[in-house]
Amino acid sequence: MPPSIIDQFLYVIWPYLCLASLFLGSLARYDRDAYTWKSDSSQVLQKRKLQWGSNLFHYGVLIVLLGHFLGFMLPEPWVLAITQTETVHVMLAVVIGGSCGVLAFIGMSILIYRRVRYPRIRQTSRKWDLVVNLMLWAQLGLGIATIAFTAQGLGGEDFSHLVHYVQSIVYFRGDSVLLLQGIPLVYKIHIVLGFTILGVAPYTRLVHIWSGVATLAYMVRPYQLVRTLRRAKR
Amino acid sequence: MKIRAQIAMTLNLDKCIGCHTCSVTCKNVWTSREGMEYVYFNNVETKPGIGYPKDWENQERWNGGWELTSGGRLRLKQGGRFERLGVLARIFANPNMPQIDDYFEPYTMDYENLQNAPESKTAPVARPISLVSGKTMDKIEWGPNWEDMLGGEFDKRSKDYNFEEVQKEIYGEFENTFMMYLPRLCEHCLNPACVASCPAGAIYKREEDGIVLIDQDKCRGWRLCVSGCPYKKIYFNWKSGKSEKCTFCYPRIEAGMPTVCSETCVGRIRYLGVLLYDADRIKEAASVEDPKDLYEAQLDIFLDPHDPEVQRQARADGIAENWLEAAQKSPLYKMAVDWKIAFPLHPEYRTLPMVWYVPPLSPITAQANAGQVEFGENGLPDIASLRIPVRYLANLLTAGNEAPIVSSLERMQAMRAWFRAGQLGGTASPELLSSVGMDEATAREMHRYLAIANYEDRFVIPTAHRENTEDAYELRGGCGFSFGNGCEEVKSADSHNLWGGKLRSPVLESTRKEARRARRTEHES
Repeated sequence: MPPSIIDQFLYVIWPYLCLASLFLGSLARYDRDAYTWKSDSSQVLQKRKLQWGSNLFHYGVLIVLLGHFLGFMLPEPWVLAITQTETVHVMLAVVIGGSCGVLAFIGMSILIYRRVRYPRIRQTSRKWDLVVNLMLWAQLGLGIATIAFTAQGLGGEDFSHLVHYVQSIVYFRGDSVLLLQGIPLVYKIHIVLGFTILGVAPYTRLVHIWSGVATLAYMVRPYQLVRTLRRAKR
Repeated sequence: MKIRAQIAMTLNLDKCIGCHTCSVTCKNVWTSREGMEYVYFNNVETKPGIGYPKDWENQERWNGGWELTSGGRLRLKQGGRFERLGVLARIFANPNMPQIDDYFEPYTMDYENLQNAPESKTAPVARPISLVSGKTMDKIEWGPNWEDMLGGEFDKRSKDYNFEEVQKEIYGEFENTFMMYLPRLCEHCLNPACVASCPAGAIYKREEDGIVLIDQDKCRGWRLCVSGCPYKKIYFNWKSGKSEKCTFCYPRIEAGMPTVCSETCVGRIRYLGVLLYDADRIKEAASVEDPKDLYEAQLDIFLDPHDPEVQRQARADGIAENWLEAAQKSPLYKMAVDWKIAFPLHPEYRTLPMVWYVPPLSPITAQANAGQVEFGENGLPDIASLRIPVRYLANLLTAGNEAPIVSSLERMQAMRAWFRAGQLGGTASPELLSSVGMDEATAREMHRYLAIANYEDRFVIPTAHRENTEDAYELRGGCGFSFGNGCEEVKSADSHNLWGGKLRSPVLESTRKEARRARRTEHES
């Protein structure tokens, strides 16, 4: 059965639109308006709830993302070299991804509660802050929901279809949408929402993900930085 | 040897009257805007007290500044055993960062109610309204200067960290109480912990004048600088989501004008001038083992501007002629190096601060009047009989090393007594001065600088050499101050850009271009 035009749009065109928005939008914002590029922390206004919420969410989601990246993007022989069998691969995804996903979900729940509950945070929030929170919350929820399917029987073949779908998007293969046939709806929503989050990232506080990666440079740079205008003139 | 120059500051605490004019003028110029209501780049604390933010001197609690590893290497205290990884690990929620309530929750009053309230038996009141949440506040519990003039109970004020090794109980008694003022601002350190803490690399020290600034376009709001600075002089702007700090009024300094706090100081206690130092020895000076040696170690890397060898090297390192001249006339060099009456604030944080303080003399205690005090051979009362305990001052200024504090107080006391004797027609005996290692010329000069404090003696600020760094061609047709969106006009105060940010933060377009160029020159100190 050939894929419908709606499927084509949702699982092929929409992801590319979102990725284009992510890269072009981020570039434009970095160049045009660096002053607005920030993590937008509200810790100075309310510290205690953040301590739990933010740490749980960030560490959880970092491991989940790393798992996604490794699971989807590592060449298959490498993956098999590590996991031996496809079943172990699925098991790893379920156990590590699942537990960290739950931690991140709890963290985000605390963060949403904090944002709504404390007038200081609520009054100083932008509309998008809460929208982004809810999107991430839903995405984590969906991700956890997929575990039920993955654990029950969606071993082997379907799982590798998902892997191939993501790879075909990244490598511009064009056969992506066919791979999603027969995959349960919850995965599909997870995919579409995931790309949507990437797409809105440049226009929200989520841009700080880029900066988070950039902080790794801190590990190797000199402690002290000095700037001079003397040698700056061309 | 790599010579750099810095415009540094000294404050003569002996003359500070705690009027807060510096804080107010600074506030009006720099932090009178949304997101920064709670911020005082310059504040004045009454000591003893826990200060602003609460308990800032307690690094066991806030983990600011540097510490030495067992191997004698410097590391950031907030990073702990894991050093840089430890710093980064706290990026999601920083346990060492104060909350706004540690400074104070900014508020206004419901003044309207005073006019609009209906007739009632009791007088209407203006209740406080939070400037953050907009909600009515039950009670104002803390402010930027809550302990003014020893406000509050001694029990709470005596949590002051500088009471370490002082038998503080007796100072809670009315007869033995003492107080002093401590105006504070960014120290523009030689070994700044904020710069070292910034994961984005947004904070830097300017090679030309030593001013430490935050690149607002590069700051990502990771807020590790807030906790890294042991003086808590970096503040998080809750509106813009970026950190901000004292700029040392660099546009004024570049033009040869004193900072706003110095210019407006009623008591004329502030001094600004050039200090030359050896940038190659910063790390060495900050890593001496015993904290009590840190004051001497820092003093040791300041260079004599009269030494021809230093001058030669300074010229080779790009320091301009007018800066060398200013260095020779620097009031700071006289006070810190020649007379040794000025000291760094909390050198034990190992940041090598560049705002120094002349400790205050204080009245002699009641016992002295009752004849129970030792007087030295020169007829001056023993420093131990002054109201402010020497140990307290030493904890504040020399990491507990009392000898230099005693010596500076003795010198100031001798200078006063000698001058008083001369003025009142008595015999001003030279022994009075020689007993504390001074001669008449020094005493006269000290008197001129400390007591008279002429404007041109206090502020010796060479102008910056913009002509060598600014490209006028690039500035032509520029848009002057813009709001961080190129030359686009701001339509109304509420305009938002595509990124949901408010078009506010005015930045001089030339500064922005300049910053871009300067970033390329970034290098290790």
